[in-house]
Amino acid sequence: MNGTSEIIQIQGLVKRFPMGKGEFTALRGITLTFGKGEFAGLVGPSGSGKTTLLNIIGSLDVPTEGWVNVLGNSIGTLSAKEAAQLRKESIGFIFQSYNLLQVHTVYENVEFPLLLLKHNGSQRRRMVMDALEWVGLVDKEKSKPPQLSGGECQRVAIARAMVKRPPLVLADEPTANLDAANSHHILKTMETLNRELHTTLLFATHDDKVIGYLRRMIYLLDGRVDRDETVRKD
Amino acid sequence: MLLALRLAVRNLIGAGLRTWLNALVLSFSFVVIIWLKGIMVGWDHQAKNDMTDYEIGGGQYWHHLYDPYDPLSLSDSHAPVPSHVKDEIQAGDMEPVLVVPGHIFPRGRMQSVVIKGINPAQTIWKLPTGELDADTDAIPAMIGAVMANGTRLGQGDRVMIRWRDTNGTFDAAQILITAVFSSNVPSAEAGQVYVPLERLRKMAVMHDQATILTFRDGRSQRPEIEGWILKTKAELTRQVDDMIKAKTVGQSIFYGVLLLLAMLAIFDTQVLSIFRRQKEIGTYIALGYTRKEVVGLFTVEGAMHAVLAAFVATLYGLPFLAWQAKAGWTIPMEASEFGMAMAQTLYPVYTVGLVVSTALLVTLATAVVSYVPSRRIARMNPTDALRGKLQ
Ligand SMILES: Nc1ncnc2c1ncn2[C@@H]1O[C@H](COP(=O)(O)OP(=O)(O)OP(=O)(O)O)[C@@H](O)[C@H]1O
Ligand SMILES: [Mg+2]
Repeated sequence: MNGTSEIIQIQGLVKRFPMGKGEFTALRGITLTFGKGEFAGLVGPSGSGKTTLLNIIGSLDVPTEGWVNVLGNSIGTLSAKEAAQLRKESIGFIFQSYNLLQVHTVYENVEFPLLLLKHNGSQRRRMVMDALEWVGLVDKEKSKPPQLSGGECQRVAIARAMVKRPPLVLADEPTANLDAANSHHILKTMETLNRELHTTLLFATHDDKVIGYLRRMIYLLDGRVDRDETVRKD
Repeated sequence: MLLALRLAVRNLIGAGLRTWLNALVLSFSFVVIIWLKGIMVGWDHQAKNDMTDYEIGGGQYWHHLYDPYDPLSLSDSHAPVPSHVKDEIQAGDMEPVLVVPGHIFPRGRMQSVVIKGINPAQTIWKLPTGELDADTDAIPAMIGAVMANGTRLGQGDRVMIRWRDTNGTFDAAQILITAVFSSNVPSAEAGQVYVPLERLRKMAVMHDQATILTFRDGRSQRPEIEGWILKTKAELTRQVDDMIKAKTVGQSIFYGVLLLLAMLAIFDTQVLSIFRRQKEIGTYIALGYTRKEVVGLFTVEGAMHAVLAAFVATLYGLPFLAWQAKAGWTIPMEASEFGMAMAQTLYPVYTVGLVVSTALLVTLATAVVSYVPSRRIARMNPTDALRGKLQ
């Protein structure tokens, strides 16, 4: 294994959920690795296990069997505190429904992860403004999410995920609630950030527009990796 | 913690009307509890002041056999005034009172009374004893309003009084009511007939004798006097404390109900908020909070209602409480119906301790009520929370 460039290693991952009296197996033996700076996507039909896998990588959930290592942390053996620490410092999340804090301004939403990291005031200000510039929302810093369009909300969410410049960003169906123009806009933004900040971006999607941007597609089917394709885009 | 406070304030203000309604309900608890407790403290002060002014002065010596609750003790509880207090009496800083049991016959009915011989020139009590210095063929006498109501006797009325002298011989005479006073101290009024001390001494053939020695200055250390029992002001006013304490128990139930209503509102808001804000909870966890920290966040947020309530309470409560302290609260009932020392108008007294302890109580209760429903966040699955999956 090439330890320096591989930031996610998954081996024989099985995830079962209790269901009624029995169990439901959502992931049936996944083995994958992701390197630093990838722009990759988990692709597959609804129910194929994309979100489940993304959640485990994001330390929001734990494997039932197998071994998942993210940035040197073995998910499943981490304490709640250690898992929170990993998310706080190293992982950004982007959700389908944005999940912005509704009563906070755009600025405050983006600032939030930095407050958790206890950055000082001037440092925070600079980093938040940088992030807002990346997504083109500097003039909306004082707006609140209810006053923004869906595309703008998702751009705020991207800024929030990227502001601490984490090595890994996980995006679960980030374009599902957006129209084509907005989808392309945010995908271009993420592509640029991936290139400039060397952030590893991992999507879960079944949106063709997203797939068109991906450099690597892992097709999931019924909890298994069906195909793993790398596209050369030069 | 600082971040939690900041978040809590933002979230609460963001929640708008609901927050302010809760704060308003909670602020009632603050204001009403402080007001009622203030009334109690004020009542306590007033009752003690009235007792001091009309009955006990700075404290008393009681003849060792004297027991105000045992009428039989009265016939023997008298003795010559000790010689070494004569100077103090001469100076007007101590007043001997002679207590003799007797009966009066208003409208042909017999009523037992306590006849108190008191110096008309005294200045220790607020009693209008000067009115006893009247030139009349009958014995000038003074009664309290409670007694006047009960016997339907008034100023200028004459009534037959009967007593036993020191030898046990019955004797009777007419008294003339020269004054009716109002004191708010039932024990100074009910069944008490005040007559000039020297007259009573003659009537009962108890020359130079007394039952109670009331002194003016209650601060300095008083010496023991043989055959007499020292009763300090604190001892004599203890019954007021006991009475107030008994009333406070009943009041506490009232506070409890009031607080319970406010707490229900907060509890309800917390439960609803945790249910509705699952996605937000999931987001906090995704951003790097542990579930325990989110529990803390929601608890702080709930508890902050108390802070807002304190703020709201000062807005309308401060003027109200200040006005009450000045104008007083007039009881919509005859004070005497309470059968205890109580003025018709009570002036609440608010102490720092009272305000602080009320604020602490309400805040603590709010924090607990906010914490209890928040605990279920700790059992939430973050991925379920993120999906907003209803549980
Ligand atoms: N907490 C859970 N309890 C029980 N079953 C679950 C749970 N989470 C997911 N599943 C099941 O696991 C399977 C995979 O779910 P997952 O959400 O990963 O699919 P997905 O690929 O993200 O689908 P979609 O495209 O609809 O988002 C589904 O059949 C789902 O019902
Ligand atoms: Mg999904």
